[in-house]
Amino acid sequence: MASQGIEVRNLYKIFGPRGKDYVEAVRGGMSKTELNEKHGHVLGLNDINISMPAGQIQVVMGLSGSGKSTLIRHINRLIEPTSGEVLYEDTDVCKMSDSELLEFRRNKTAMVFQKFALLPHRTVLKNTTYGLELQGVAEAEATERAKRWIDRVGLDGFEDHYPNQLSGGMQQRVGLARALTNDADILLMDEAFSALDPLIRTDMQAVLLDIQQELQKTVVFITHDLDEALRLGDRIAILRDGAVIQQGTGQEIVLNPADEYISDFVKEVNRGRVIKVDTIMKPEKVIADAVTIPSGSMLEEAAKKLTNASAMSANVVDSSNAVIGTITIHDTIEAMVTPATH
Amino acid sequence: MGILTEFPEMGRADLRDFKKGIDEAFRLFTREYGESIENFFFPLLKFLGWFERLIVATPWPLMILILSGLVWAGSRSWGLVFGTIFTLLVVGYLGMWEDTMFTLALISVATMLCIIIGIPLGILMSKSDRTQSVITPILDIMQTIPSFVYLIPILMLLGIGKVPGLIAVCIYAIPPVVRLTNLGIRLVDKDVLEAADAFGASPRQKLWTVQMPLALPNIFAGVNQTIMMALAMVVVAALIGVHGLGQEVLKAVNNQYLALGMMNGLAIVAIAIVFDRVSQKFGKRLQKHSEVIHG
Repeated sequence: MASQGIEVRNLYKIFGPRGKDYVEAVRGGMSKTELNEKHGHVLGLNDINISMPAGQIQVVMGLSGSGKSTLIRHINRLIEPTSGEVLYEDTDVCKMSDSELLEFRRNKTAMVFQKFALLPHRTVLKNTTYGLELQGVAEAEATERAKRWIDRVGLDGFEDHYPNQLSGGMQQRVGLARALTNDADILLMDEAFSALDPLIRTDMQAVLLDIQQELQKTVVFITHDLDEALRLGDRIAILRDGAVIQQGTGQEIVLNPADEYISDFVKEVNRGRVIKVDTIMKPEKVIADAVTIPSGSMLEEAAKKLTNASAMSANVVDSSNAVIGTITIHDTIEAMVTPATH
Repeated sequence: MGILTEFPEMGRADLRDFKKGIDEAFRLFTREYGESIENFFFPLLKFLGWFERLIVATPWPLMILILSGLVWAGSRSWGLVFGTIFTLLVVGYLGMWEDTMFTLALISVATMLCIIIGIPLGILMSKSDRTQSVITPILDIMQTIPSFVYLIPILMLLGIGKVPGLIAVCIYAIPPVVRLTNLGIRLVDKDVLEAADAFGASPRQKLWTVQMPLALPNIFAGVNQTIMMALAMVVVAALIGVHGLGQEVLKAVNNQYLALGMMNGLAIVAIAIVFDRVSQKFGKRLQKHSEVIHG
């Protein structure tokens, strides 16, 4: 069965012994600072509402302390919510019994961690089969399924190595293989690539996108890096102080930042790789003998095609090669270099 | 002024009655339950007796072969194997073979008993802070109270013999394995535990797939300490009738036999060294996954 979407509704998390007592106050507008100073409780999540799309990558972005890691841990309930719902296949994860939760974690979710969290006393192969072992899958079958993913993430030949014999990038490949071997509908990735070197990170992002194209799981990806968010995210939610301050596609956020805070963020972004030609094309008449650019291309690709052909303008075509609009090199470059302000 | 120079003691008669009351109560308890307690420990007595006879009756060349085999299995070190053979030959040549075997039997059974009771107790302690706060002071008492003090009630209950000796040894030797099992489990990396949770491990699965394997090196350090402490109790156990090297040491003390005392004492040391090296090597081998580290 195809993966379903995840609905997070009115989710609150207040850390402290009497968190429940303050939900009403927070709902009424009490701020994080006030809650902390007056009552000694920490506001972790403040009224989170996100519809995470089925079979796509939902990125949750925020700086440290914004509550993003807390949020992802509510989806498999590693952290108990104070109030609210997390719905998957019409079931509220927050209301599951202990045994239902165990089954949900075993069969529906798999998680990749920032610090890898591999089992140091087990080999790569045994780490990868861990989830299946917990489910009670026979060893021969588990090994066969694990081998496929070990090969796929490029660790062929390392099955019998121990985690601390591997580099960080390779360890996270094990983490990814371990999660994928579970064949769960939901893939939770908590800053999965943040601890890696930039080059290896880009590499791993490519691996993830490649695998996702094939599997189409519902992925929840946490990051503090906007470039990573824009590259991976079908949808992005930006968190600050435990609240969602903007959500939408990468392009929506870059073109229309909701406030000063976000426009500061997006200012540094390479807009040529986020904005699609469709956004700036003009529905003018077809230009004869011009270069064609497929709909959905990013501005950077369009600019490259135009300059390669030494053309001033081009036709944008849809999948059946029908022209749906035109762009000029001037508009393309202008859109790439002018940041949106709030 | 008297109150400052003379401590305001309990009245002499009251104090005497107080002590007498406790003694009487315990004597009553002994009369009432002594036999059933003795019966309870009877299987242990039978097992220890059987084990002693087995070890003593085994021909010495076969025994040396078996012990060297065990040393090899535990340590994978030829040096240790030859060291053990040499030690045993010297001990036997100096006329201490049988006593050494008795002591070996006592230490083995005591260690087994400590592991069987101590590891589950340590696991229990690691599960709850409350259990830990109850058991920790008891372990402190067991380690610090002079061993002669708990010999008194043991003697009153069970008299002189092998089982009381074994119990005395275990009381002194069990704390390290309990403490280090508890500590080992508590020190397991929180991130790894969270990963086990995220993949849906039940508490039991978590214990056996993550906590115990990762605590094993610490648990083994505890077992090593337990063995060492059991050996330290050999002479005290001899006081209440356990055969072995300890009894010879006692004889030497009573009669001022310097050579006898030294020889038996050094035999105990030799056994201790073999046990210690083998169990340490074995503990290290349990951590082979952490030996090779990515440069």
